[in-house]
Amino acid sequence: MTGAEQQPEMIRVERLVKTFPAAAGPVPVLKGISLSVRRGEIFGIIGRSGAGKSTLIRCVNQLEQATSGRVLVAGQDVTALRGAELRAARRRIGMIFQHFNLLSSRTVLENVALPLELAGEKRDAIRAAALPLLELVGLSGKLGRYPSELSGGEKQRVGIARALASRPEVLLCDEATSALDPETTRSILALLKDINRKLGLTIALITHEMAVIKEICDRVAVLDRGEIVEEGRVFDVFTAPKAEVTRRFLEDVVDRALPARLRARLEAGAPGRGNPVIRVIFTGARAHDPIISEVVRRYDVLLNILQGSIEYIQEAPYGNLLVEAIGSDEAIAAALDYIRSNHLGAEVLGHVAGDA
Amino acid sequence: MSPEMLELLWDALLETLLMVGVSSVLSALAGLPLGVLLHVTGRGQILENAPLNRVLGAVVNAGRSVPFIILLVAIIPFTRLVVGTSLGTAAAIVPLTVGAVPYVARLAEAALREVDHGLVEAAQSMGASPRQIVWKVLVPEAMPGLVAAFTITVVTLVGYSAMAGAVGGGGLGDLGIRYGYQRFQPDVMLAVVVVLVVLVQGLQSAGDRLAMRLDRRRVRQRQR
Repeated sequence: MTGAEQQPEMIRVERLVKTFPAAAGPVPVLKGISLSVRRGEIFGIIGRSGAGKSTLIRCVNQLEQATSGRVLVAGQDVTALRGAELRAARRRIGMIFQHFNLLSSRTVLENVALPLELAGEKRDAIRAAALPLLELVGLSGKLGRYPSELSGGEKQRVGIARALASRPEVLLCDEATSALDPETTRSILALLKDINRKLGLTIALITHEMAVIKEICDRVAVLDRGEIVEEGRVFDVFTAPKAEVTRRFLEDVVDRALPARLRARLEAGAPGRGNPVIRVIFTGARAHDPIISEVVRRYDVLLNILQGSIEYIQEAPYGNLLVEAIGSDEAIAAALDYIRSNHLGAEVLGHVAGDA
Repeated sequence: MSPEMLELLWDALLETLLMVGVSSVLSALAGLPLGVLLHVTGRGQILENAPLNRVLGAVVNAGRSVPFIILLVAIIPFTRLVVGTSLGTAAAIVPLTVGAVPYVARLAEAALREVDHGLVEAAQSMGASPRQIVWKVLVPEAMPGLVAAFTITVVTLVGYSAMAGAVGGGGLGDLGIRYGYQRFQPDVMLAVVVVLVVLVQGLQSAGDRLAMRLDRRRVRQRQR
């Protein structure tokens, strides 16, 4: 959606395998992962704990060495690098962490200065580079504070400024918002998106929260037991999930569960006995059209709204409406055809007898 | 107590301070690098090296298991080699240092182990070399613990230095034994003990204060 589709590859993971030795034999954690992240996009990897997502992202900057397979960053095979070459490559890959990992003995400014000190920059150059970054993350007023004096959100802002200090092309986010409350999470995600746009930075993040993916990612890969079970544009995965794991993740953010009372009534009803309950799905541009009013106007059908929601995924609306249709079978069938002919989803979930 | 006695006490204090001061500094200079080496060659650390780690660990443990009074006489040839004599204050400094090095090394290793491994990984992700990780991350972050470890070492050395009389090293302990015990002058014994208590208290609280000042891990009231 941001035109990232045409961009060249920034990160390429090829048949990555990682096994950890254990008493009972080697345990496979990544079972041949291949994926590609384009320049300038925000790519999310979601999985439950133990799915291997942390291992996967740590292979990108070689904090973890893969058993086999390759990882290319900006065309360079990082899995083949050692020593000074690897350290030089790592300077072009920033990383932020769930627990921030700030040095407690250094102030905010000194923490942001660290990567530049490591690169051997001069004191003046370090200050000149660090100050605008702290401005960017909104911490100009706290240069001399120590991490213990900051809130979680502020600590992660320092982490972000520090990760950006060496002007990386890629930012890796290892559960960067998992230790933060929902409001702080939103502000950090907004900051990441802002940086992605302003600096054209490629971001690869891992999370176990679908809300994070929904908020900022362009594309997503779903990782389950060391394998990618689904991958695609976030909107497509949200509106038409294929894997069962993905559907379970989506339940966290898209409320599609039926209310208990309605479920009981559906179980009691049967075709020919009571009114059909229809789930109408609106996606993309058609979500704005007044289809429901059209149906009521054109056909001899009354619609009783039982449940409804509109989510915005990557700024595109995704509506989900549950209605009870009251009318003759023919009229209802015609109404369903009309809805489907307008490229909306319509699914008959069952029948309900008149409200008991 | 006679003026002569007071003068003896003063001289003994200076000898103790000299022995403890010099051996503290020397044992820190040798023990800290050894502690760092023990830590970084450990399992999962930045320069993991199991054989080296095992050898270092064994040497350090052996050093710590020799009772100081035995070490004192056992290394007399080495002492003579280093300072040219096996008697006197200078000669006592050698075994005090040798005895304290493994102590410092283990305490330093323990302090370094307290540094969150996430900080090491963060530094690695920024492209830090092992040397940079030691100097920019491990040592500064462990500084409060290292100061506490050094304080314990200094206090222990005050105790060890009491045995230095065995090689004619002098000091407070020696004074206490020779006058307080062998010449039966309990007032001298008492004076020695009081001076030692005050000395240890002073060293410990100075170390504690310094460690606290360096510790930025907890929020503290900002002065102003």
